[in-house]
Formats: sequence, structure tokens, C-alpha cells
Amino acid sequence: MATVKVHLWSGLRRLTDGADVVTVDAATVGEMLDALVTAHPGVGPVIEAGVSVVIDGEMTTSRHTGISPDNEIYLMQRLKGG
Amino acid sequence: MSKIHVTTKVNGDAVEFLADPRETLLDCLRDHVGLTGSKEGCGTGDCGACSVTLDGTLVCSCLVLGVEAEGRDIATIEGMSDGHDLHPLQRKFIEHAALQCGFCTPGILVAAKALLEENPDPTEEEVRYWLAGNLCRCTGYDKIVRAVLDAAAEMRKEAA
Amino acid sequence: MAKDEFNEFKLVGTRPDRPDGLDKVTGRARYGADISAPGMLWGAVVRSPHAHARIVRIDTSRAEALDGVKAVVTRADFPEGLTGEDWNLQENTMAGERALYDGHAVAAVAATSKLIAEDAARLVEVEYEILPHVTDVDDAIRPDAPVIREGAADATVPEGSPPNVARYMEFGFGDVDAGFAEADLVMEKTYKTEATHQGYIEPHACLGQLGEDGKGDMWVCTQGQWFIRKMCTAVLGLETAQLRVTPSEIGGGFGGKTTIFMEPLSLALSRKAGGRPVKIVMSRSEVLRATGPTASASMDVKIGMKKDGAITAARAEFRMQGGAFPGAPVDMALYCAFAGYKLSAVQHIGYDVLANRPKCAAYRAPGSPMGAFAVESLVDEMCRELALDPIEVRQKNAVKTGDKASYGPKFGSIGLVEVLDAVKDHPNLAAPLGPNQGRGVAAGYWFNHNGETSVSMAISEDGTAQVSVGTPDIGGSRASIALMVAETLGISYDDVRVNVVETGALGVNEPTHGSRATFATGKAAVEATGHAIREMCRRAAREWGIDEEAVEWADGAAQPAGPNAGKFPPMTIKEIAGKMGGTGGPISGHHESVPDGVGASFGAHVVDIEVDPETGRVTILRYLVVQDAGRAIHPSYVEGQYQGGAAQGIGWALNEEYIYDDMGRLQNPIFLDYRVPVASDLPMIDTVIVEVPNPGHPYGVRGVGETGITPPLPAIANAIEAATGARLRDLPMNPPKVLAAIKAVKA
Repeated sequence: MATVKVHLWSGLRRLTDGADVVTVDAATVGEMLDALVTAHPGVGPVIEAGVSVVIDGEMTTSRHTGISPDNEIYLMQRLKGG
Repeated sequence: MSKIHVTTKVNGDAVEFLADPRETLLDCLRDHVGLTGSKEGCGTGDCGACSVTLDGTLVCSCLVLGVEAEGRDIATIEGMSDGHDLHPLQRKFIEHAALQCGFCTPGILVAAKALLEENPDPTEEEVRYWLAGNLCRCTGYDKIVRAVLDAAAEMRKEAA
Repeated sequence: MAKDEFNEFKLVGTRPDRPDGLDKVTGRARYGADISAPGMLWGAVVRSPHAHARIVRIDTSRAEALDGVKAVVTRADFPEGLTGEDWNLQENTMAGERALYDGHAVAAVAATSKLIAEDAARLVEVEYEILPHVTDVDDAIRPDAPVIREGAADATVPEGSPPNVARYMEFGFGDVDAGFAEADLVMEKTYKTEATHQGYIEPHACLGQLGEDGKGDMWVCTQGQWFIRKMCTAVLGLETAQLRVTPSEIGGGFGGKTTIFMEPLSLALSRKAGGRPVKIVMSRSEVLRATGPTASASMDVKIGMKKDGAITAARAEFRMQGGAFPGAPVDMALYCAFAGYKLSAVQHIGYDVLANRPKCAAYRAPGSPMGAFAVESLVDEMCRELALDPIEVRQKNAVKTGDKASYGPKFGSIGLVEVLDAVKDHPNLAAPLGPNQGRGVAAGYWFNHNGETSVSMAISEDGTAQVSVGTPDIGGSRASIALMVAETLGISYDDVRVNVVETGALGVNEPTHGSRATFATGKAAVEATGHAIREMCRRAAREWGIDEEAVEWADGAAQPAGPNAGKFPPMTIKEIAGKMGGTGGPISGHHESVPDGVGASFGAHVVDIEVDPETGRVTILRYLVVQDAGRAIHPSYVEGQYQGGAAQGIGWALNEEYIYDDMGRLQNPIFLDYRVPVASDLPMIDTVIVEVPNPGHPYGVRGVGETGITPPLPAIANAIEAATGARLRDLPMNPPKVLAAIKAVKA
């Protein structure tokens, strides 16, 4: 468990009291998402609708992916394609 | 409305079917004769996916009524090869990767065959204008045109 | 490194015949509408002729009384209580209280023939109360616009926003005001794109069968059979595993066949008709009216640039409508918009707006073409103003591996620089231009996608291999997968058969979309093959009585891994397979994952055009696509993706659009009036495959299918200005618009 910084991509700012970057304690992507929702319950429905988590430029959808304070973590809209 | 008995020839075989007068030749080929190679892409004669020849003339079978086939000679994609040796156009399409999804391919092959029968040495522009009635959404037509020109060249060499 | 210069592989990078070629050139291949079943019924759909109307009453009695009609369904035949996207899909599949767009399904019938079904559909009486409607995005975002759905805004939308704003986003970094202040030139313009349709030649078609016991089967042309399964079962309240979906060959998709439209109707009708299979084939006008075109967009872009071309700041505000449901790809449009530029300050704002139009679906790099039209046009306008070379300006600001992307995260391995270098060196740029001719350049980007992937392969008794994949073959992926598996096994390409299988045969697979098939299915196929190889080495080791670690695989055979392992002749795959029944049983390999290591693809196009000053008609003289493929497994099919994407982009730029009348009805729902490029519209399309291998894939693959549709929109606008001095910022740039713009410049 460590303290990680999560960059938020969008109008989530309104749901996080104006913060673009939120700091939470988490060791995995899943813990990080849960901690975000605990800290700012307003983001819950948006995360449930689907997000992509980008760690050091790599997109992951797995809750079990480990994260550390050295990682650059971005939350983005779920990307797919056509 | 009662159905009409149609007797016709498809790819050299004698064929009979019952057609509702409202059915198109395309409907009849696909649903009554079991030849699903000709496709419906638009139903309005704009895409050419249903191309067949009727007494040697290239037509959109979605614009021909099934009952009009009576006593005529129809050639579809299924008649283009005997199942053993492919027509040069078919071979060149595979060789040039001139198909991606392949849906427009039967119509384009039938149309291209009709072109080469009328004009064995078309220019690129002539090929493009002849095939302007056959829509392809996947390839951008580049490899299709190359395949047709290459097949034409091979067929001219064989004829020589 | 340029293609064809050096190939370290035996098979990967070559151009063998595709395995389904014979079926497709003979008409034998079976697509969505090419199937029939005993006892089959035909389905037809009743559709709203109004853009927005309350459904007062539906009377199906006359339809039900028609001889040959076996079932009629309305929304009452669907379960209630769905939420979120499931509810959106259900509401789109069949209208509830209101018809939300011209073509919205309100009822469906099944009968013993197609003609009887169509007659029956006309006998369904629907009473409508017409409501005010809105179709244009800038009208729909007004506070006084007709409301599509009360409470449509999600948690992201600020209080007090106009009622049709369903989603809102805002992101960026740095100080844009300071950036604009230090620029030598700041320009701000508005660009608009209209909705277009993916335009696949094959209309949607399915054959669905559903029994009282909740077990069902479906044959459907689709990009993703698991998506169809999940969505149909959600919309109908069925158990997922009880529906088996088999993909037919698919006649084009481009994103439009990754979701459901009439498929649940065939199942609902089947169940109501006592379990008889129901075939539904959409007409072309149904496809254009009632499937999923892409969104229309209205975009404001502002860029600050120094005299030397360095970009100091950028800002984008995009408004997009994706129909009567949330989902316009405004997020992805914003992510891609400035992706090629290294920025220190950027701000993005986006609105996803509802309108009385069909529910949009993905279309080849969803959102990216719109954003590129706006940004790449504005960059070009600024280059003109500052007398700078547009390629050099892009090179100057180009992002490199490890740079921070405009949308936030750092880039992994990318090849924009290599692409721009290849463009600059290309002979097309030296082609002389005559009167009324002009050249335009633009770049484009798509992330590419990984997604859930599940692959299984097995060795046959004669040493040939079969591979079961879940991604339908749209562009030749069976050939690429076979090449990769054959390369990995060290056997001949013809000894591998790739089968695209139904949902019952594998774990979940995401569709063939996001340019993911060659990357994700390919990577999984290589992994799965690795398992089989390890097992074959184990069999050889046991036979030789040596350690497993002492055996390696090369050239299609197990061999001792070095002189100390022992002197044994190689044991070929044929030999191992021939006795596998007696040495431990079947030999196969599986791999399931959401593969990591996706590689993004940058591209740049150069187009030369000629404008007819009397008609405004634009003729494409010369077209060049340069794009990074990572590694081209089968170069012909990579070229095919480049050329196909360019052709769709050209159509979008010059002719294609959704035209609505003042009642909100679609005026051009057939191919005569929805004008896609034909063979005589286009020249040969030159391609250059740049290869900056993606380290995340065993053969270096990057997805390539999508990026190519992005640059044509701005490149052509740029070429038109070069040719005429007129700048068009409103797609499509059809002859009347070009003519008017030319006249305005002359005036």
C-alpha cells in the first residue's frame, strides 16, 4: 500500500472538489479506483460506466495490476474503436 | 396474388421456380434457386453487388423482375468458373489482394468479365468508369483496378 | 526502415494468398443474409416516420390477422427495469413511450415470406402525437431546444447546462493564457463536420432462433459475436451462455457492426412464433436511417504559434451529437485532436449532446477524423499566414516516444517522426501542379486497442495446425494470423487453418474493432502456439529420456538444445503429432488475456487535387498515404487498410452527409443520394508502410485499420485552399459549397 497520484481526465473535476490530480493509498488499480470513489463518491457512477486506466502510457483494464508511487497514472474515458 | 411458374437457364443449367410477381430476379436467384453469390447491397440499382448478365447483357438483378427471366439465359458469379480452374479475373483478384470483406467481389467480377468481353484492352480510366456502378467500401478500388488490368493482359496473351 | 528492404522472418512480411480467397471470388462464402433454416420465417420492422413523437397507440390486429403472419412484437414484449447502456440499447432496439428519430423501430412482425412480412408491417397502425424535434448539434445544445430525454445529464455535466447535454468533459494542462500571450500568431476558427455512415455494402442481416426454454442461436454478420450475445441477452433478459452467436462472413463493418440494431427483434419474434427461426435483412434505407452513423460535430479551435512554427498553446471546444442517446465520441475526438503535437499548454472542453437522430455507432477511429479536420486545418491556415512549410511545422512540433501526450499520459513507442520524414522524401511532393490544382498535407492518429482476447489452437494428427479465433475476418486477418502461427511453429503457411468461431467455442473476445485483431488475436495466437510448442518439446524430451529444458524448437521440429543434451535427430511436428494419442493425448495451446503492449499508429497523407472553377467539383489527382504499421505481417492487407481508410475519408470530405428536412426526416437514405466514392472518383492510392516496430508485440505489430480515415478530411481542405485561395471549414466540401467559396474569394 502506498500513496499514488491519479490524474483525472475530464469534468470529474466537479466531482472531486476541483482537483485534477487526486492522491490515494493503493497498491493495485482496483484499490485505487475504490479509494477514489470512497474519497469522492460522485465519481462512482462515472467509473462504473467504464474507464481506462493508463499506467506509464500503457492502458490497462485489470483491477489487479499493481501500481506504485513512481507510476504515472491517468484515468481516461474507455477507449475502443471502430 | 398467385405465383408464376418461371422456366429459365442459369449458368447453363435448366432451372424452374415459382415467383411472386413482385419478387426481383435477385430474390429468386437467392431464395428459390439457391444461388446466394449475388448480393443485395441497396435494392435500388446503385451498388452493383447484384450484377448478373441477362442474355449476355450486364444488369442489376435487383432491377429485373423474377418473372422476366422466363426463357432467358442468366449468368451469375457461380458460373464464372467450373469449380476447378478459376477465371483469370478470379485468380488475379486473389493474387492482388483486390478484396477485403469480399461482399462486392461477385458483382465486380461479373461486371469486369463483361467489360473484358466487350473491350479486351481497356485503359485504367475505362476500367474505372465501367466499374463506377459497383461500389466497394473497403479497398478504395486501387487493387481492384490493378487486378482487372492484369487479368486483361493475361487473357490477351492467351488469346494471341 | 522501409518495407521490403530487409526481412528477418521467413513468412511474416510476405504476401501469400488469403485462405478465404477462393470462397469469396466464387460466391461460395456465406454472409449474414446467405443462410436459411427449416421452418424459417421472415421478419420486418415497423419504423417511425417522425423525428420525435409520442406513441399514443399501436394496433397490431390487422397485421396479426393477415394470412401467414406468425408473430408481432412491440416494446411490451421486452423486460423492464434495465439501466444505463443496457436501457439505451433496449430503447433503441424498440421505442418505448416516444419515437426518437425518423426510422426508430416501434414494432416488428414475422411471417412466412418476406413479402407477407412487409405487407403485415404496413398493416400495423401507429398513432403518433408529433413533438418538436431538433437535429443540428448547435441547435440541440441551446437551452430552449426540444428536450430529448429528461434528466439525461450524467454526473459530469455542470448544473444549469442545457437539457440535451448528456456528458461533459474538461481536461488539459499548463497555462494556455500565458501560451497564447507569448505566441506571434493566434488564430481561432470554427469547423463543422456532418454525420456520415460507415457505408458497408452488406446490410445488417441475422437469423435468430429462441425457444421458450431461453436457449437461442443466432447467425449474424457482425464484428463481434460476444458483444451481440451480451447485448441481446441484456435487452431480452436472457442468460448469456444460453445464447450462441455464430458470426457469418461480414461484408464490411468499420465499427457499425459492433453493436445491435434489429438482432433482438429476430429473437423476440422467434420466441413468440413458437421457436421458429426468424430471418431479418435490413434494406439500404433502413441501414442509413436506423443503424449507427457517426456523430456530427461543431468545433472551436484556437492555437498559438511562434514565427518559427513552434506551437505555444492550444484550446479546443467540441460539441458533438450522437443521436438520441449519449455516446458521441467527443472524448476520443478531443484526445486525438492535438495528439501529434508536443504541447506545454492545452485545454480541451467537450459536450456530448442529444438530438433526434439515430443512436451513433463507432466509425473507424471514432471522433479522430472530426478533431483532425479542425486542428489540421487550423495548423495549415496558420502555416499559410506565417509562410511556413506545413510538413516542417509538424516535424518541429512532433511528439516522440516518451513525450507527454496532449491528452495526458506519456507516449510509449511511436513513429510520427519517421512518418513525417518519409512524407518529406516522397517523390509525390515534387509532382508539378498546374492551374486550379493544389496540394494538401495532414497528419492523423489512433491509439489502437487491446481488449479481451481468447484464442485456442491445436495440432492435428498429421502435424498441420488449426487456430480458433474470435475476431471476424474483415480485412485479411486470417492470413496474418496464419502467417504468425506458421512462423512461430516453423511450418508452411498452407499447413495452418484459421477458423473464426462462435461464442460457444471460446472465452470472451472483443470485436474486430479498434484495429486490434492482428495485434491482440495475433499476440494471443503466438502465445497459444508457444504452449503447444512447449508440450511438443516435452513429448520429445520424454521419448529421448532427457530433461525438458534440454529440448528446444526450431524449423518445425523439437531438437536437443546444444551438444551436451545428446545426439538425437530432430523430431518433426509431423512425427510428434502422429503419435500424440499414445504419448499423452491431444496437443493444443490456449491463451486468454487483455494483452498489454498496444502500439499507437500515426499517419500522414498528401493529396493533390484539381478544382473545376465552373462547377466546384474537386478531382483527386494524386493521393499518398504514409503510416506506421509497426510491422506489416501481410503487406498487401496493410496497404488495403491504408487505401480503404483514405477512400472513406475522401468521401466524408467531399460528398457524404446526412441531409434532414425541416420535419427531421432523412432525405438521402439510398446510395444514389448518399454518395460514396466510386471507382471513377479516385486515382491509384500510393502507400508507404513505415515500420517502427511495437516492442509490445512479438512481431512488432501496430493496429493500422483506423488511422487512415483521419488525415483526408483536413488534407483535402488544405489542398482546396492551395488550389483556389478559398478555405472551407464545413463538411462536406461538395461542388455547390466549393463554388460558393471560390466566388466569395473572387468578390
